[in-house]
Amino acid sequence: MIESSLHQFLSVDAPAILAALFASLACALLGNFLVLRRVSLMGDAISHAVLPGIVIGFLVSGSRSIGPVFLGAAAAAILTAVLIDLIKRYGRIESGASMGVVFSIMFALGVLLIEQASARSVDLDADCLLHGQLETIFWFPPSTWTTLLQFSTLKELPQELLMAGGVFTISVALTYLIWKELKIFSFDPALTAALGFNTNFISLLLMIILAAAVVVSFKIVGSILVIGMIICPAAIARFWTDNLKVQVFLSLLFSAFAVVVGYFLATMGVRYIGIDYALSASGMMVTTLGVILMASVIAAPQYGIIGRAIRNFSLGISTEREDMLARLYKSLENEGRAILPMPAKTFRDKLIKFFARRDLKLSGLLINKGLSETGMAEAQRVVRAHRLWEGFLVTEAGLPPDHVHEPAEKLEHYTSAGMASALSGAQQDTTKDPHGRDIPELKSPKSS
Amino acid sequence: MSPEVIPTLFEVLTLQGGYNSALVIIGTTLLGLAAGIIGTYVTLRKRALMSDALAHSGLPGLCVAFILGTYVFGSGRSVPLLLLGAAISGAIGVATVQFLVSHTRLREDAAIGVVLSVFFGFGIVLLSFIQHMGTGEEGGLHHFIYGQTAAMQASDIYLLTALTLITLFSAFILFKEFRLISFDPGYAAAQGWPVQKLDLIMMFLVVIVTVVGFRSVGLILVIALLIIPGVAARFWSDKMTLVLVGGGLIGASSGYIGSVISSTNPHMPAGAIIVLTAGAFFLFSFLFAPKRGFLINLVYRLQDNYRFRKQLLAENMASGSGND
Repeated sequence: MIESSLHQFLSVDAPAILAALFASLACALLGNFLVLRRVSLMGDAISHAVLPGIVIGFLVSGSRSIGPVFLGAAAAAILTAVLIDLIKRYGRIESGASMGVVFSIMFALGVLLIEQASARSVDLDADCLLHGQLETIFWFPPSTWTTLLQFSTLKELPQELLMAGGVFTISVALTYLIWKELKIFSFDPALTAALGFNTNFISLLLMIILAAAVVVSFKIVGSILVIGMIICPAAIARFWTDNLKVQVFLSLLFSAFAVVVGYFLATMGVRYIGIDYALSASGMMVTTLGVILMASVIAAPQYGIIGRAIRNFSLGISTEREDMLARLYKSLENEGRAILPMPAKTFRDKLIKFFARRDLKLSGLLINKGLSETGMAEAQRVVRAHRLWEGFLVTEAGLPPDHVHEPAEKLEHYTSAGMASALSGAQQDTTKDPHGRDIPELKSPKSS
Repeated sequence: MSPEVIPTLFEVLTLQGGYNSALVIIGTTLLGLAAGIIGTYVTLRKRALMSDALAHSGLPGLCVAFILGTYVFGSGRSVPLLLLGAAISGAIGVATVQFLVSHTRLREDAAIGVVLSVFFGFGIVLLSFIQHMGTGEEGGLHHFIYGQTAAMQASDIYLLTALTLITLFSAFILFKEFRLISFDPGYAAAQGWPVQKLDLIMMFLVVIVTVVGFRSVGLILVIALLIIPGVAARFWSDKMTLVLVGGGLIGASSGYIGSVISSTNPHMPAGAIIVLTAGAFFLFSFLFAPKRGFLINLVYRLQDNYRFRKQLLAENMASGSGND
């Protein structure tokens, strides 16, 4: 016997979660290629534009059987893709406006058809199509374990679940089969065409499968939330990797995580804040994706804003450290004493200067009365790089002498020892810079 | 107005179908005018889909305003409060898109899609919460999602019309500046115009038109009223003034025809009819406009083809070689 709480899980929660899982995994998989091709909003356009197709399919067949509905939706999706392209090309309109025109007209047509159908008391609900009705996916599982896996019971699985599973399988198979082509196509469509692949065919195939994924997702998450299921997982994964294969796996992982977490948050999690009914599970899934995205935007090591701020800041410190040494060297050269003026305009500037100075002191380059021996050598290295660059820019690159300080000020920080010797080798006079100042000799700290 | 006394089409067309219905028609026509004009700037500035993100991200604000209104004031149906909520969360949505584009590696298309769906998703969660609040007023929110002109109250129409007029007035005063930044923001900046501030004002006007449009066209379709008139008018002229006037006229006619038809037939939703009317204007312009239209270009191409073939044939005959 299956106990009653488990029985309830099998009949209510499991089919809903599984259906949502398959639908959203299919969407997330395809979304990777849309995001990379920078046509994410094609998902938006198609998910709006299949509405009239679905309604017409429904009205023609008079039933919710998936065949005609799917055909209608696929036809509408292809029509949309063709129309958007046609209007963009012949109307000379930017693609965003062209998409907006086509999908909003198609959607309006769908809304009108739904209203007309409900006037003739056909059971079609606009709300259902917009928000999805995950809550209406039921299964009547058997009461004992022994009959659970028999064909006769599995046959009774909800249609939505089977369809979502089917579309998921097809999209995985397709991605696997034309992985190589999709990969080139995502990054360089022109190269793909030059190599002899039919790019129109690849994009059409992608659009048809996308339409299929959108259609099965309609009943499950609704027409607008499906956009989130398509774009968010891939967008999140982009923050964590540059490798397409890793990106695809991560997007599937995030998508599955959001489905499961979103479902339980909406149905059970809300009880902890005193709500004793279920909130919209599909809305919660997309909200969960939004939270994951926010976390990634902030905290992803390479592309998150914190990571980038830290890298910027430490680059700022190492640049300032070298600038301080160069300034000290020049003040010694000009006035015979080491002075270090520290005008800082912003708080960030102040912080950077503080840390740069602290770093110089800790590493023994800066001592009370000025530069230490090692500090002197390091300062000479920086100033030498700067003046070599100035010389090079005047003699070899032909810049006027009063235009070379600014670029040299930047380049000095990226000049390795090898590059410095190459620079000096490229010039005849390596004793004076274009402004007549001595270029310090390169000497190892030991010998001085 | 009781449902059985539905006025005839002619009465409604000539604004004689009752005080309320006349107000609705005037309000919606003005909205179409404003949206057509502001939308023309927006499409020229290549921000068409930005307004889609803006509209969808208005939903959570709408819901929060409804919940606040219910708990604080006892009723969530205050239209000014709802519009304020929608405007605030819509503006947050737009700001988020811009932040994502300028500070992360996401491109504009992905940023718009992400913001649009996540905000809308959160709005749906709030909506499911509202449905269980048992206020019996949540039906009012649906008017903002799908658009509904019939049940508007006179006081709401006054507010919406006032907002529309303010927008129209600002767009009129700032004509020169908006024209400049629509075509060449770089030049405008070099000339010393505060491009960022002007952009912000433009976006602010878009926010107002959008949330006002929620009530009659609905938040999913309001983008159509912003984009389609300007794009349709663009086919007819290369002069900014004419395109603006054309966009305004197409928007206004769509608003007028849509609200008239929907007030005579309860199964013709105003939003959808308004958008389809604008769509008809677009289709006509796309096909038949002189110079930029699809058909005339088809004719040109056939003519070129014909001329080219004729010339080729003449050359072949002159050189006496011929094909094969």
